[in-house]
Amino acid sequence: MIKGAWWKLTSAVLVLYGLIAGFSFDVPRLPILNESIRNLYFHVGMWFAMMALFLGSSIYSIRYLRQGKVQDDQKASGAASVGMLFGSLGLLTGMLWAKFTWGAFWVNDPKLNGTAISLLIYLAYFVLRQSMEDHTKRARISAVYNLFAFAIMITFIQVLPRLTDSLHPGNGGNPAFSNYDLDSTMRLVFYPIIIGWIGLGYWVLDLRQRWKEINTKLNDNE
Amino acid sequence: MNRIPKILLTALAFFLSQPIWAQMPVEMADTMRADGKIRVVIGVVAIIFIGIVVYLIRLEMRMKRIEKRIQE
Repeated sequence: MIKGAWWKLTSAVLVLYGLIAGFSFDVPRLPILNESIRNLYFHVGMWFAMMALFLGSSIYSIRYLRQGKVQDDQKASGAASVGMLFGSLGLLTGMLWAKFTWGAFWVNDPKLNGTAISLLIYLAYFVLRQSMEDHTKRARISAVYNLFAFAIMITFIQVLPRLTDSLHPGNGGNPAFSNYDLDSTMRLVFYPIIIGWIGLGYWVLDLRQRWKEINTKLNDNE
Repeated sequence: MNRIPKILLTALAFFLSQPIWAQMPVEMADTMRADGKIRVVIGVVAIIFIGIVVYLIRLEMRMKRIEKRIQE
């Protein structure tokens, strides 16, 4: 049996179900969006996975600051790095989608610009980590910076686009998932695949962390 | 005198045209899903994803073996 088999296989099954149902179930017939509305299952899933990983990353950072375990620092940076992977995929898929619905790869939308800034702030987290030799100092300072980055990310992606007008549904004063935005058939696919994507992200993080720990042990033995 | 009905008719036509415009069919891939073999695409996507997951599981097995060896 593989480690954590139940949640890893559950997320794989959820994503597989989402892929199949996402292409075959009926979707609302909306102008401009047409069939591309199905991107919601895949493009938005990337952002949910990113947010969940960044949230996990800041929780590991808090744990590191309280208990000082090396593993928590490794997990914090690992979750941030897997989160960046999903964020980049979300950005790329969003650009493709925007080209065919909004007319350009990049439009001057608060959500897009906020996301770009947030990803750059997280990029700076890795630059900061690599700039310090001393392990304890690096872990401490980057843990504090990580909490700051998470707060900024939430502000830029979830708060500011709601205060101004955004092309994204659910922004400009509305909650993200009102009754009008998502119909009931889409929810049947959307919620399961979101959980699946998040689980898949944590699966990658788990593999990365175990590889890190083996690496640390081997280095200690030398 | 003769002009007023014309304007009215134009206005009537304009307002009548609104619901017709709203009912314009939205272009969806209906025929593609009916006989355009979209199910083949779904099958291909599913096979690719299953393949990746199977590979991940094999990676997990190997990881477990190496973790055991390092514990000893």
